[in-house]
Amino acid sequence: MEEILFYIFAFLTLIFGALVVANPFSRNPVTSAMFLVLTIISMAGLFVLLHAFFLAAVQVLVYAGAVMVLFLFVIMLLDLKEEERRKVKKLSLVAGLISIGAIVGIFVKSLLATQPVKDLPAPMHDGATIPLGKLLFTNYLLPFEIVSLLLLVAMVGVILLSKKDLK
Amino acid sequence: MNVGLEHYLVVSALLFALGLLGVITRRNLLVVYMSLELMLNSANLALVSFSRFNDNLNGQVMVFFIITVAAAEVAVGLALIVALYRKRQSAHVEDLTSMKL
Repeated sequence: MEEILFYIFAFLTLIFGALVVANPFSRNPVTSAMFLVLTIISMAGLFVLLHAFFLAAVQVLVYAGAVMVLFLFVIMLLDLKEEERRKVKKLSLVAGLISIGAIVGIFVKSLLATQPVKDLPAPMHDGATIPLGKLLFTNYLLPFEIVSLLLLVAMVGVILLSKKDLK
Repeated sequence: MNVGLEHYLVVSALLFALGLLGVITRRNLLVVYMSLELMLNSANLALVSFSRFNDNLNGQVMVFFIITVAAAEVAVGLALIVALYRKRQSAHVEDLTSMKL
């Protein structure tokens, strides 16, 4: 059962991810954003299969909810109709294929060099939300506070950047 | 057939490659940005699977921080794109070459 679900979610993630990057039917950024939402939701399914339930919820809430709404707002704000006509250049396609070939080659080489994991350890922390919260507020308290400061700085920066006259 | 760590890592690597392809080939600034998000998400998937198969929660904490930083990064980046669009009336990579002579 779990294997079938893994293959379904992995297949959906990769198909939707490919449709974000290269959609044969539409070059509109709105369709890319919608397929990115679907990619993120199917990836949340993979997180559930990995017993990371809290992260799956956060993934759907923060990414599929907040971040993608921000993307859609900006796409609507910019009104990018004339972008659809331009073609992908041959040179950039060749460069892209060469670079992903190199990256995938490195990944395959390193995967083949590793020992396969024989037996999956039983999940010690099932549901993992309570241990995750404990870890977050004890060992990782300082990074947690720094991240809150980072969010504040980002908010101030966004307000400053979106003012009409930049000085 | 049992699903192991390698299966998740292969999915993560393929997703990363797709994101990289998008960053290099697409010319629309917003789609480039979405492909960057795709690459960040593939790193998250690799971290969560490592955390599961080593029975260690530190990877999940890392993913939590990555999601937070990515949210901040998206907000700042989109504000920059909007500011750029106001100045140049374009969100196209080839129109934004003012550093070039």
